Amino acid sequence: MGLDFTVVPEHLDVILLGCLWTIFIAVAAALVSFFGGIIFAVIALYAPWIIRQPFRLIEWVFMGTPLLLQLFLIYFGLVQIGIDLPAFVAGIIGLGLHFAVYNSELIQTAILSVDKGQMEAARTVGLSRGQALRKVVIPQAVRDVIPPIGNNMIALLKDSALVSVIGVSELTLSAQRAIGATYRPFEFYLVAAAFYYVINLCMEWVQRRIERRIAISR
Amino acid sequence: MDIELMQRVYPFFLQAAWVTIQLSVLTAILGLTCGALGAAMRLSRLAVFRFLGAAYVSVFRGTPALIQLFILYFGGPQVGIQLDAFEAGVIGLGVNVGAYMTETIRGAIISIPKGQREAARTLGLSRWQTFYNAILPQAARLMVRPLGVNLNMLIKSTALVAAISVVELTYTAQRYIGSTYKPFEMFLLAGLLYMIIIYATGRAVAWLDRRVQIN
Amino acid sequence: MTDTEHFVEIKHAQKSFGKLEVLKDISLNVARGQIVAIIGPSGSGKSTLLRAINDLDALTGGEIWLDGVQVNRDLPYRQYEKHINQMRQDIGMVFQHFNLFPHMTARDNVTMAPKLLKGLSKAEADALAEEQLDKVGMLERIDYYPSQLSGGQKQRVAIARALAMKPKLMLFDEATSALDPELVDEVNQVMKKLAEEHMTMIIVTHEMDFAASVCDRVLFMDKGVVVEEGPPSVVFKNPTKDRTREFLRKHLAGAK
Repeated sequence: MGLDFTVVPEHLDVILLGCLWTIFIAVAAALVSFFGGIIFAVIALYAPWIIRQPFRLIEWVFMGTPLLLQLFLIYFGLVQIGIDLPAFVAGIIGLGLHFAVYNSELIQTAILSVDKGQMEAARTVGLSRGQALRKVVIPQAVRDVIPPIGNNMIALLKDSALVSVIGVSELTLSAQRAIGATYRPFEFYLVAAAFYYVINLCMEWVQRRIERRIAISR
Repeated sequence: MDIELMQRVYPFFLQAAWVTIQLSVLTAILGLTCGALGAAMRLSRLAVFRFLGAAYVSVFRGTPALIQLFILYFGGPQVGIQLDAFEAGVIGLGVNVGAYMTETIRGAIISIPKGQREAARTLGLSRWQTFYNAILPQAARLMVRPLGVNLNMLIKSTALVAAISVVELTYTAQRYIGSTYKPFEMFLLAGLLYMIIIYATGRAVAWLDRRVQIN
Repeated sequence: MTDTEHFVEIKHAQKSFGKLEVLKDISLNVARGQIVAIIGPSGSGKSTLLRAINDLDALTGGEIWLDGVQVNRDLPYRQYEKHINQMRQDIGMVFQHFNLFPHMTARDNVTMAPKLLKGLSKAEADALAEEQLDKVGMLERIDYYPSQLSGGQKQRVAIARALAMKPKLMLFDEATSALDPELVDEVNQVMKKLAEEHMTMIIVTHEMDFAASVCDRVLFMDKGVVVEEGPPSVVFKNPTKDRTREFLRKHLAGAK
């Protein structure tokens, strides 16, 4: 059968549109995972026992099961309880929550390493526990975890391909559409891979710059 | 919660879990092999091999595993590679996880202080003798834990082969969600089995890690 | 062919890292059984010179000869590897940071290379380990791991490890610099014992007293050149060069 890349340009608009969707979904999910990660970390560390323990169990479940399975749960689970969201929203929520759990792990460690003296210092000048967390502890912890969170975000980009399975028209599914029209899977998946690779390289470049900036500011 | 339904379908999930375990074991073996080869290339004396090793790591870690799997399974026949879904799953995931393991193995090897290498070379040992007798035994101990992390990731990534219709845990859950409209119950069954597999593997890794440490 | 006077011969040794010249045309002869100390400030190139003798740091120019054989021969990679591995069997080296293999007992540290390279049987290797570890006073710790030993004990095992290859020449690269002061002497005692057995030794050291009492010759190096050399009685008591005098003054003042 051989390879024939001449069919690619004709479908490039679909692929590019998919690429934009991938970027949009990845950015949206990254934001969910970042702020979700902070909230989860605070709950896991500071919420009352009755909330904290079940919450940790849920985190543990999220870390011990595949993302794809979680996406099925969220997509079909929301429908079952009567919330009919577009697939891409379910995808963003699923990806975002999944990586929020991983980010939360990092942020918890960082908070604990900042906490002791800083929290005490903030309390002695009259800040409440919540204020001390918001104004003093969390900002420092977040700065510490930006490089490892960057790794998670690069992983998130690649895992965003999974939302194609629940029918989100991002890069992978766009490639599948083009394949449906041309029966040229090798060519179009390779093109999709190339796009992912380029986005990935850009993210790695940004990450290195940020790391260098942080290294200098210390 | 529909306990009765869960009781009815769980044997199918157990069968699927067995497929997931087989996938995981075979993928881990292939991944370790690729990781060892990749690390050998990245640490080679020859620039050609170093470049090939670096390219392998960069490309396979820089693109989604799902796409790699699709290229192999759907695109393979175009270039004369005919694999069934299970084989494609093992090879696709194995080569993918091998790229991560390459970095793990290389990281452990280069973290051994250079004095160790010098001491062995000074005694007259060849490069290979030095690596095999002085460096590798130390590096292997450092690898256990991070390879355990790779293994954990690998087990979860076997779910991807659901997308090429291998009847493993996630595929089974997906099919039963589709036919029963009970996503929570099916998630619970599949999730529990995944967590058992991952927990058991984690314990085994921790045990091995404790065993190999130098008193 | 053995030339006792030119047992170790360094001819016009030159070494640079990019623009930085670490060794500038150094020549040196060491006779069989002679003990030479190399002293000098850090960055003087003394460790580099020592490490060039067994080609751990390759020279950029010049030749190293041991017992009539050139060490740094110009050979294709594979042949050179074979040659240098052979040469290194005859050159024992002791490092500042011991570099014992942490995953091996003292016994295995000592016997690994002889077993691999000389094909010793287990019984022969054990006998060798006992002999060498006894020599450095570590026999009762033969089955200890490095992590269970003090710094001085580690260094004594490291010396035994080097001696087990029956080298013609021993190189000591600041062997006592990383030790707590109270542990220095036990290592010095071992080195003295080797001196009494007429082992040829080149010793890079900061210990002027030790150099004065054990060595036949002292080299003072600075900025990649040998500034002054001679018997310790001359170099330490009546140095002729200003740089030597200044170094000794600073160094002896610092030591006290």
